[in-house]
Amino acid sequence: MTAELGHYALILAFAISIPQIFIPMFGANKGWNDWMRFATPAAIAQFLLVGVAFAMLTVAFVTSDFSVRLVAANSHSAKPMLYKVTGVWANHEGSMLLWLTILTLFGATVAVWGGNLPPSLKARVLSVQSMIGAAFLGFILYTSNPFTRLAQPPIDGNGLNPLLQDPGLAFHPPFLYLGYVGLSMAFSFAVAALIEGKVDAAWARWVRPWTLAAWIFLTIGIGLGSWWAYYELGWGGWWFWDPVENASFIPWLMATALLHSAIVVEKRNALKSWTVLLAILAFSFSLIGTFIVRSGVITSVHAFANDPDRGVFILVILAVAIGGALTLYALRATQLKSTAVFGLVSRESGLVMNNLLLSVAAAVVFVGTIWPLVAEITTGAKVSVGAPFFNIAFTPFMVVLAMILPIAAMLPWKRSNLRRTIRPLWGIAALSVALGAAVWVMQTGGRMLAPVGLTLAFWVVVGSLADVAARVKLGKASLTESLRRAGNLPRADWGKMFAHTGFGLMIFGISAIMAWEFEDIRTVEIGQTFPLQAYEVRFEAVESIQGPNYTAERGVFALVKDGVEIVKLYPEKRNYPVQSMPTTEAAIDQSLLRDVYVVLGDRQSDGSWAVRSYVKPFTNWIWIGVFTLAFGGVLSITDRRYRVASTARKTSISAVPAE
Amino acid sequence: MLRYLLLVLMLATPGMAVEPDEILADPVMETRARDISKGLRCLVCRNENIDDSNAELARDLRLLVRERLVAGDTDQEVEDFVVDRYGEYVLLKPVFSLGNAMLWLAGPILLIIGAWISLVFIRRKNTVTGDTDALNPEEQAKLDALLQD
Repeated sequence: MTAELGHYALILAFAISIPQIFIPMFGANKGWNDWMRFATPAAIAQFLLVGVAFAMLTVAFVTSDFSVRLVAANSHSAKPMLYKVTGVWANHEGSMLLWLTILTLFGATVAVWGGNLPPSLKARVLSVQSMIGAAFLGFILYTSNPFTRLAQPPIDGNGLNPLLQDPGLAFHPPFLYLGYVGLSMAFSFAVAALIEGKVDAAWARWVRPWTLAAWIFLTIGIGLGSWWAYYELGWGGWWFWDPVENASFIPWLMATALLHSAIVVEKRNALKSWTVLLAILAFSFSLIGTFIVRSGVITSVHAFANDPDRGVFILVILAVAIGGALTLYALRATQLKSTAVFGLVSRESGLVMNNLLLSVAAAVVFVGTIWPLVAEITTGAKVSVGAPFFNIAFTPFMVVLAMILPIAAMLPWKRSNLRRTIRPLWGIAALSVALGAAVWVMQTGGRMLAPVGLTLAFWVVVGSLADVAARVKLGKASLTESLRRAGNLPRADWGKMFAHTGFGLMIFGISAIMAWEFEDIRTVEIGQTFPLQAYEVRFEAVESIQGPNYTAERGVFALVKDGVEIVKLYPEKRNYPVQSMPTTEAAIDQSLLRDVYVVLGDRQSDGSWAVRSYVKPFTNWIWIGVFTLAFGGVLSITDRRYRVASTARKTSISAVPAE
Repeated sequence: MLRYLLLVLMLATPGMAVEPDEILADPVMETRARDISKGLRCLVCRNENIDDSNAELARDLRLLVRERLVAGDTDQEVEDFVVDRYGEYVLLKPVFSLGNAMLWLAGPILLIIGAWISLVFIRRKNTVTGDTDALNPEEQAKLDALLQD
């Protein structure tokens, strides 16, 4: 019954989504309140019904109901419970249902908490949101029904890819989707605003929390995925510039740009039409990402959902959504006039530069991602675009971004004096360069990566701290006065500091691992000791162990420094009999200064074992940076002004603080 | 999920990429081999270089690269040798050619156009007293309110 109930709930949700498109939109045009109000219960009902469908699919997975085709194909009765649950979205149909659940969840939150939105705006936002919902409900019902039954259920299921049976990856997709799909809110607000013909500070205040929420989830989702790749894939790679990764990275870059430009709309009532365009583009790239991944168009060989029907369906959704929104934009954008005036040297200009760099960087990643496809269609040439291209073409934008960040972040609004703004930063700039020079002198290889990376990282981190220090007059006023000022500083300013610091920390971690990673590959006999930079590694034994649904050979290594054993490391080679598939589990001794990373390879014919070991300096700072970034977002989203804005919108925009 | 499901398929047999027996005795030459390998695509994999790949073909290519280096080829000669055999598809960083010009120039061109538009926009914002940008009384009041803040 559960599967039929779920299927039925989806059909009902589809049936509700259609009137939710037309009734509120029509009502908003006519000014009919009753019609506009229809959107609220409809959006909530749509979410509940999709939620029921999702719950039913989860029940089918948890109870190992192998009469459901999807469960039989992707689950197994011997799998640990956690992976039965996460197996729900570890396949095409289930992941699309998760996508849809999150989409309708965002719609429902606007229905519930959007009480203070102007009624016409709320109605139109929910109408647009329902257009997307209806499209994807149709997609699932017609091409990807997760509830299909099997006439002859198998005794047991096929199981889940063992590499996916991992806690890091279990929670990666929901976060990624919350981010990806959360951008639909910004899209719906943008389209609704274009229909209304009005974008003002209040609009920006409404869009910002949704975009921030989406951005936080996207940040964490990408971070989790990268962390998983680092410890699971066996050689400590953490970013591959794979089309599927880029599909989530492009919306992230756009969302980051959008967050910054929305500040200008909110505080200065400028950059309106650009911000609306960014909101449309950010979600458009999420849709394009879905298309890239779902259709397998970029990766014809091994694509996992290589089904032309689905690809064409999503392509149509894509064309209608993006084409429609951009057409509307072309027609209406001129109505969005800005009144603000600002000088060449101002915070506004700084944010324009931020947007320029981020959006061109996103465009570069996009062009690189689709280039193989473009080249094949236009000239028939088969071209690969991989990490070496992106490293060269993308990195310069981040370098320039890091260079201007601390200065632009301290520039006052409207008009300012560059020399005066820079004055407190000179010392930091000098220190950063000195640090880079010291690194350059000390390191043995001649590569510029580490000196430049460290200079930038120090500059961004300390520059971001200096901004707050200057705001609270640290060292210029008494300590109590500084503390009082710090207490009064809005959360959003702390958020800015943390987010920018996180960016700096990431630069540090990335440069360090790229410049200073040490690798050792050798065959070792049991009982032998080999040197690994400042350490020695003693290979003590290989033992057979039995896991819940796998067997493994486990190596026992002792990490020794100066004759003292620091820690035992247990890398594994697992074999999952259901899929007859081996995986490697690297053993990592983590610390803030370095990771020691050991992988057990194959047994050689002479009885020794292949062993790969690495010392990866400062690697964890990459993820510390990612989570510091996300934490900055959390601080920002809890800023008082969004709560104030939602309870008392009557207060006009007292945007710019006196300088 | 999406991204890593795909990633997972290409890594269906994890384990060792570069095997101990492949490594050259000369560390300088080995470093060169590794650098070259990182830029060459494993042809049967998805977006994976031969240095990271466990595929049989990747191993053959790694050995070929080392063979050429030992024979005295320069890095460029090794790369050309591999491209001659397997086509440009093998390069993870496409060469700058007429066909690929737009790939390489997309960034710089967009940056120049974007910078130009930004500059025009900011300059227009900067000219307070221009005829077209003159403030109407309502705007002036708003501006005054903002400036008083």
